Amino acid sequence: MELLPLVERWIHFLAGITWIGLLYYFNLVQAAAMAAANADQGGPGGAGITKYVVPRALWWFRWSALVTWLAGAALLGPRFMSAFTLQGNDALIGFGAWLGTIMLLNVWGIIWPNQKKVLGLKPATDTEKAKARRIAFLTSRVNTALSIPMLFFMAAAGHGVTLFAG
Amino acid sequence: MKNPLDSIAGTIISGLVLTVILALIANALV
Repeated sequence: MELLPLVERWIHFLAGITWIGLLYYFNLVQAAAMAAANADQGGPGGAGITKYVVPRALWWFRWSALVTWLAGAALLGPRFMSAFTLQGNDALIGFGAWLGTIMLLNVWGIIWPNQKKVLGLKPATDTEKAKARRIAFLTSRVNTALSIPMLFFMAAAGHGVTLFAG
Repeated sequence: MKNPLDSIAGTIISGLVLTVILALIANALV
């Protein structure tokens, strides 16, 4: 194996695990924790999570998403076009690449701009904040759902071509 | 109707259904 594709694949895995790990943290842990904290009358509430955890988690989340995509694009190299146009065997990685691209656009185009309103980094009324919170939540859930076929196609492209061929 | 994405189970089932649909399309292409 040549060194450059190996390093690109390695970075793709490291950044991808950081990204999707944080996505699963948000969806499996934090959303339920915030709901429980807000419902806990007389408890400490969720302000500490919002102030100290969420901004750090979102920083790693959005930048690892970008690094994952860039390393993946570099790894595709000359197969980039045939993957994205779903040609032949490259269609398998192409489905994964499309899903990953949609997820990246959701992170930078929808989740992060709305989270900026929720966190108070961008001015917003309480109504706008509530709307932004709902949009960010649902988009995060969409990405969690999309990660399931995305990872299937990543695995299939590496190991399951025979399942599809013929 | 409740949004399936409001629950973790609904989100996972949505992802699995999408996987099957896309795998069938991919199978026709490869």
